[in-house]
Amino acid sequence: MIKNIKFIIIILFGLFLFLVFLKGLDKPNSYSPNSILNQIETKLTARTLYKNKEISLGELIDKNNFSLINVWASWCLPCRNEHSYLINLQKINNINIIGINYKDKEINAKKFLKDLGNPYSEILIDPDGTISIELGAYGVPETYLVNRKTNEVIKKFIGPLDDLKFKEIVKIVNNEKI
Amino acid sequence: MKKFKLFIIIIGFSLILVNNLRAQDTDQVNKISKNLRCLICQGQSVYDSQSDFAISMKTLIQKKIDEGKTENEIYEFLTKKYGDWIIYDPELNKNTFLLWLLPLILFVFGGILIIRKVSIK
Repeated sequence: MIKNIKFIIIILFGLFLFLVFLKGLDKPNSYSPNSILNQIETKLTARTLYKNKEISLGELIDKNNFSLINVWASWCLPCRNEHSYLINLQKINNINIIGINYKDKEINAKKFLKDLGNPYSEILIDPDGTISIELGAYGVPETYLVNRKTNEVIKKFIGPLDDLKFKEIVKIVNNEKI
Repeated sequence: MKKFKLFIIIIGFSLILVNNLRAQDTDQVNKISKNLRCLICQGQSVYDSQSDFAISMKTLIQKKIDEGKTENEIYEFLTKKYGDWIIYDPELNKNTFLLWLLPLILFVFGGILIIRKVSIK
């Protein structure tokens, strides 16, 4: 009798473990970086691509409107694909876009902008990638929508912008304007 | 000639000193980066990885050490940016208390069981 009970307990325990692990399989274990939104480090300073002078990120953020911070590089192929979205956002929606040029050669970066257009109000260069890390970036391209009042990142877009992300940005910006 | 020898000795010693200080710094960077997860790699620490992300991270850690930041301040800064997930050795907080306490509870529970069994005999 006791033997039977022990056997049943072991079976039940095994079943319990099996169910726990089965449930664990369904749970997405990929890390979601979107959950971490925080204040932009306005004190971060870097050299600009064209004017060759040190400037802080805080000075570049538009106090009257939303700002987008876009981490890009000329060697990054997805950046090429998302570039038209940035140009549209700047032209149609008049959003202030700040570029962070990640681990790039200046000549290549300038050629990239000459070929595809320059949507950025200012570009900070980040030759060793540390500014991007201080912003909380994972790689290129990445885009952050920054609140004008609090300097807080409202939304982080990891990877290239596409139709969906573009619409989302426009929606947020337009809703706030009303 | 004597002055020259002295000069060479002084230069030699200062080089050794500088080298030593630099090595200590690198040790510190290695120690911190071994405890950081490379977020864009699979199963690698920042120390092991040669990805752009990890290389930039190591440069940033070196910069922070040069600025005089302590190890804990660097971890705090990075968890603020990337979350607890970036550190292999998570700190004790409301999300991780079970992780830290469960082994202790099991150990105590096991200990009690053993003592009871032994004393019954």
